[in-house]
Amino acid sequence: MCGLSDYAGEVVNWAGTHLHVVSGKGGAGKTTVAAALAINLARNGRRTLLMEVEGRQGIAQLFDTPPLPYEERRIAIAPGDGEVWALAVDADEALVDYLATFYNLGRAGSAMRRMGAIDFATTLAPGLRDVLLTGKACEVVRRKIKRTENAYDAVVIDAPPTGRIAQFLNVTAQVSALARTGPIHRHAEMVMGVIGSPQTAVHLVTLLEEMPVQETLDGIAELKKADLPVGAVFVNMTRAPIFDDKQRARIRKGTLPKHKIGETAHAAGIRQPAGVIASSLIQEAQDHVQRTDLEARELERIAALELPTFTLPYLMRGIDLGGLYALADALHAEGIQ
Amino acid sequence: MAFAMTAPALDIDALVLDPSIHIIVCTGAGGVGKTTTAAAMALRAAEHGRRVCVLTIDPARRLAQAMGIEHLDNTPRSVAGIEHAIGHGSLDAMMLDMKRTFDEVVESHSDPERAQAILENPFYQTLSSSFAGTQEYMAMEKLGQLHAQARVDDTWDLIVIDTPPSRSALDFLDAPARLGSFLDGKFIRILAAPARGAGRGLGKIAAVGFGFFTSALSKILGSQVLTDVGAFVAAIDTTFGGFRERADATYELLKDPSTSFVVVAAPESDALREASYFVERLHADGMPLAGLVLNRVQEVTLPEVSREQAMAAAEMLEDGDATSRLTAALLGLHAERQALLERQQLVAARFTSAHPAVPVTTVAALAEDVHDLAGLRQIGALLAGGQD
Repeated sequence: MCGLSDYAGEVVNWAGTHLHVVSGKGGAGKTTVAAALAINLARNGRRTLLMEVEGRQGIAQLFDTPPLPYEERRIAIAPGDGEVWALAVDADEALVDYLATFYNLGRAGSAMRRMGAIDFATTLAPGLRDVLLTGKACEVVRRKIKRTENAYDAVVIDAPPTGRIAQFLNVTAQVSALARTGPIHRHAEMVMGVIGSPQTAVHLVTLLEEMPVQETLDGIAELKKADLPVGAVFVNMTRAPIFDDKQRARIRKGTLPKHKIGETAHAAGIRQPAGVIASSLIQEAQDHVQRTDLEARELERIAALELPTFTLPYLMRGIDLGGLYALADALHAEGIQ
Repeated sequence: MAFAMTAPALDIDALVLDPSIHIIVCTGAGGVGKTTTAAAMALRAAEHGRRVCVLTIDPARRLAQAMGIEHLDNTPRSVAGIEHAIGHGSLDAMMLDMKRTFDEVVESHSDPERAQAILENPFYQTLSSSFAGTQEYMAMEKLGQLHAQARVDDTWDLIVIDTPPSRSALDFLDAPARLGSFLDGKFIRILAAPARGAGRGLGKIAAVGFGFFTSALSKILGSQVLTDVGAFVAAIDTTFGGFRERADATYELLKDPSTSFVVVAAPESDALREASYFVERLHADGMPLAGLVLNRVQEVTLPEVSREQAMAAAEMLEDGDATSRLTAALLGLHAERQALLERQQLVAARFTSAHPAVPVTTVAALAEDVHDLAGLRQIGALLAGGQD
């Protein structure tokens, strides 16, 4: 891509970051980027946990495995004996867990779940759902800090989309309307102690199009306003440049040597009349340059944020498991080690 | 051209100009251009003589500005700049404000004093601003209102609505009933009538569990939250018919033959999978589907030259002089576009073989986003198969 940020190529130091929250506009490839990040952070004998919070089973789809239960499972390996684990967190089950821990509820919890009472409680207070989900992530992160069993080197969350991310993470605001004391408040404080600290980085995935970039800028402003730690921007589905600067300038001005292009292509085996070939190819080039100029403008808006920025290539074959590892390698080459 | 499909063609003009069609619902996964498609169809209908109201949910800022609806007031406003091709149509547009719509429902069903008590209730404030499903419920509610208004004062003969941006297109159909059932449900009724004894009407064992549950709930959420919910339900009970009933009434409207659905997708597997689910659901529920709009398809200007041919020629030229290298780059671009086109056609063909009878129209990927009426007009023409 043209005009990469200064950060590209340098090794980013995320040694102190244990929680990576990946958000982005729907359709921009949030789950893919989260997975590629989890693979990279597991390189060389490390262990990462990739978490899903929206009940979409996007991780299972991506890794081509059966639907994930609410249970940590090893899902993939990373280069150099690393391990990627996965967990699909379910707010209702997290609440049953939570009630069992704090209220010694025993089997009554699952009975209430069958009755729909658990679902009712999390619907009643939408903020509670988010606190339970982020709470689970922070519980896992704290295993590392407390040096307890089953710790991970990093936790990566495939989080809700940009439009909702600040609200999702801003646990303090979420529970302010709920009980002012008691376990849920202590829980929220624990969560904020992790999420509001340099141990956490919130990353946003975008495409080089007007609306996704605008949403990214708005999302970052919101995160900053809520004092949440912004990490990096991941620009997804970028394509390698086809023309050099000089060629682009001529395409814009419409001064390409039409006659010569037609003759040359014809001589190289393209059977259509030279004039038809040339005008068609030039039209495609103009369309392309108009598009890449717009992309360059959008990239400038991202660069103005002065955040670490990484780019991932568009994969013509689509995203399968092989494609995922190719994206992980691309990020590795850009400095995510 | 060159995006080849075996599906029958969706005739957008026949749809938007059909006088028996009064509601068009644009639906599909997020980020596929639903809002733009809805606005473009509405503009095209208006410029060909229909009196149209377009209800958008979450338009891009610049599109909203272009239509003059960037300031929310939850009422349709006339769009300036219509160019009449045929007849004397009109276009009004509005952007949904879900909280305001909810407030208005409350106000129109209660005396001022009771309405104020509901509006100030903290649970109501959460419900009307951050509940899952409220946006869908209020979109349906607003659609019902506009439809009723059009019948009474004959303001519009066509309403075009785009659906809320949700993970699943099916949410538009299911979320209102879900929210309605929640608000009408047994648990919330029990919270509303603590005097009658929590848990009455559940089984005996369940009642014990529920007692335990309410106490746990009030410790976690705070007893204030439960009190607020109770007060809300008690206040709203006397003024409304059921929430569920209300949602069901609008749902019935969507089954009417004067309603037609347009499913919007991009030529990607996720978006088309969503479209498939939705098409199947419409069929199962007997809702009328007009067809599929496939947005952002790749087009090439030299379809006769295959990807392989272009690549072979480019390879031959890439080490030559400046003109050869330029021509190689041009052919390389053509090969890339052909490859993308082939992949998109493959994905689209999968949809078409599963739903061979669903008519399809395609819109080429434009180099830039649409943010004025001229852009919408251009999309409208493309939707109609390139006719002015």
